[in-house]
Amino acid sequence: MTTEAIMDQNLDLPEDPATSEAPPQVDNLDALESEAIHIFREVAGEFDRPVILFSGGKDSTVLLHLALKAFRPAPVPFPLLHVDTGHNFEEVLQFRDELVSRHDLRLVVARVQDWIDDGRLSERPDGTRNPLQTQPLLEAIEQNRFDAVFGGGRRDEERARAKERVFSLRDSFGQWDPRRQRPELWNLYNGKHRAGEHMRVFPLSNWTELDVWRYIQREKIELAKLYYAHRREVFHRDGMWLTSGPWGGPREDEEVHEKTVRYRTVGDGSCTGAVESEAYTVDDVIAEVAASHLTERGATRADDRMSEAAMEDRKREGYF
Amino acid sequence: MSDETETLTRFAPDSGTEVALPVHTDLLRLATAGSVDDGKSTLVGRLLHDTKSVLADQLDAVHRASADRGLSTPDLSLLVDGLRAEREQGITIDVAYRYFATGKRTFVLADTPGHVQYTRNTVTGASTAQLAVLLVDARKGVVEQTRRHAAVLALLGVPRLVLAVNKIDMVDFDESVHTAIAQEFARHARALGYSDEDVVTVPVSALHGDNVVERSERTPWYEGPALLEHLETVPVAPDPHDVPFRLPVQYVIRPRTAEYPDYRGYAGQVAAGVVNEGDEVVVLPGGARSRVSMVDTPDGPAQSAAAGRSITVLLEDDLDIARGDVIVSADNQPSVTDEFDATVCWLAEKPLSPRAKVLIKHGTRTVQAMATELATRFDEQELSSVDAPERLELNEIGKVRFRTSESLPIDAYADSRRTGSFIVLDPSDGSTLAAGLIGVPLDPLASAVTR
Repeated sequence: MTTEAIMDQNLDLPEDPATSEAPPQVDNLDALESEAIHIFREVAGEFDRPVILFSGGKDSTVLLHLALKAFRPAPVPFPLLHVDTGHNFEEVLQFRDELVSRHDLRLVVARVQDWIDDGRLSERPDGTRNPLQTQPLLEAIEQNRFDAVFGGGRRDEERARAKERVFSLRDSFGQWDPRRQRPELWNLYNGKHRAGEHMRVFPLSNWTELDVWRYIQREKIELAKLYYAHRREVFHRDGMWLTSGPWGGPREDEEVHEKTVRYRTVGDGSCTGAVESEAYTVDDVIAEVAASHLTERGATRADDRMSEAAMEDRKREGYF
Repeated sequence: MSDETETLTRFAPDSGTEVALPVHTDLLRLATAGSVDDGKSTLVGRLLHDTKSVLADQLDAVHRASADRGLSTPDLSLLVDGLRAEREQGITIDVAYRYFATGKRTFVLADTPGHVQYTRNTVTGASTAQLAVLLVDARKGVVEQTRRHAAVLALLGVPRLVLAVNKIDMVDFDESVHTAIAQEFARHARALGYSDEDVVTVPVSALHGDNVVERSERTPWYEGPALLEHLETVPVAPDPHDVPFRLPVQYVIRPRTAEYPDYRGYAGQVAAGVVNEGDEVVVLPGGARSRVSMVDTPDGPAQSAAAGRSITVLLEDDLDIARGDVIVSADNQPSVTDEFDATVCWLAEKPLSPRAKVLIKHGTRTVQAMATELATRFDEQELSSVDAPERLELNEIGKVRFRTSESLPIDAYADSRRTGSFIVLDPSDGSTLAAGLIGVPLDPLASAVTR
């Protein structure tokens, strides 16, 4: 096969031939990319049934982009798994389905709604479904016998996550025990696990929010549109701008405004807030993130504000 | 809406704000080490805080939690102690990774705890570090643990050290105290094999910020850089590069599609050296020879690729190559052996006994192995070397001879961090038992305690 044939392969990569010259000194994004690709390939080499957690959000879109690059020109050797809260942004679901069909991937969906409908889970008083995702996720892992689950979690997101390993072992109940983690040395990841246990794997562990955005810019990665500024009707609750949806709308005392907003994270619609923003392009977003005074979770996620250890507690139970 | 919620949700930067973002930044991986109460978490919290890596919501949380604990000033260590048990006990339990960036450089910081299990954590943090910041309390100076930490860092091949003499405010910013500590540490570092330009000593107050980000007026006698200034400008030392091309094969890429019927690529991250199209290579442990027909990268084919890059190599000949094989430069090959000596840092509760059967993961190959001989153990308490110990326990470092079920292509750790290292796994439950460094003598540890 010719060099041209491989160059022509469409991966939505920059055309600039200069980028294929390996620089003697590996720069920050190249180093992070190579590390993530190494992690994907280790899992492909050591596990039987890996799966990529995929919500259609920016981190999972970057994760998929890296997986495509790790195995090119062969297809990604894993299916995708989406834990669907039922509180989705319609445009994110559409984007998810487009990506799945464009790259000819297999998508497994675990639905929180099914669990609520048959009574195995009950709706929380606050209407938020993010904490309800853990059980459907663990059941999907068990039923499909997935032994490695890729997540887009980053250590810079939250301080409990800062203690997370790249290869994070979960017991047969799916639980994380932060005090019994395996030491992780050099780039020698330990994939050993017993029957019933599984590994959570985080290829973006060492990336920051800004790295993710700079990589999206460099690689020209397409994202769901709501990450960029758009006009939207929103109402104010708990210090966040929420939007109406199947999860409910404004209460009588909550006034609806039309604002120019964008989303910094995308999760359960009932607890994911939009931020006022004029960032219409990836360059605008990078400037905005670099100048931001708030973390992406602090700015937009009610579920992490519940207590000092909200994330640690959910992670122990088996959350992402 | 109140003013408070307004500031929480308003997000667009002030118009006209210039954000200086370099297109290319380099990355410095560093580790911190120090004894309990040296103020390491506070120093890391200070670095994050003063580089504006701590955002308003995180800082609010620290202010609230500090007030809840009855403190009058915010306790910056709460920024980094991520687990409930750590905050409750006021100690750091596990290695935490922190990220910060300045206009000049991006940093990945492994923050390692200083109390029990410090060897385990320091070894983990140091394994990927290009620089380590070692803390001492100015009132106590260089203590036994400082020496041992430095010895472990030297053993792991961390190329540069910074000694941060913390709590300099508690000795009234006294120059003579600083000078005495700096001189003592310099002697020790030299004994460990560091040259003087690889070691820098900075007087700091993590609590008050002196010499952390900016040079302090309270230490007019100090002419060196502030800590961050040094971290931003110190040359990033490359890993030892005496060893030419090494590629542990992770995965064989065979699309078998109409478009790529014959593509057969060997995927891996270059562990050492550089590979060029046309290079003559040998596949180990088998020994077959071939030439590189293509260096394929995530962005398509390239002329060459250097250490650190994840690539896919295609060869001119059809060979039987699988995960675990290592493709190396034909000019300078590693030794292929089923018996070797290594320095082992034991990281598990379950001790190592002679003739124990374990698994060894070296590069991308995992093989069965037996510890045929425990030659020496570095004794933590007695600070001496013990010959032919009965066992190696948690946090102990010793020299062990291994015999493996299959031959491995190995380099000395001193020549190549990636192909000179391995991890030891428990065959029964898969846990990680130890870190191994091929062919590293115990001399640095011995010299650490005799000087």
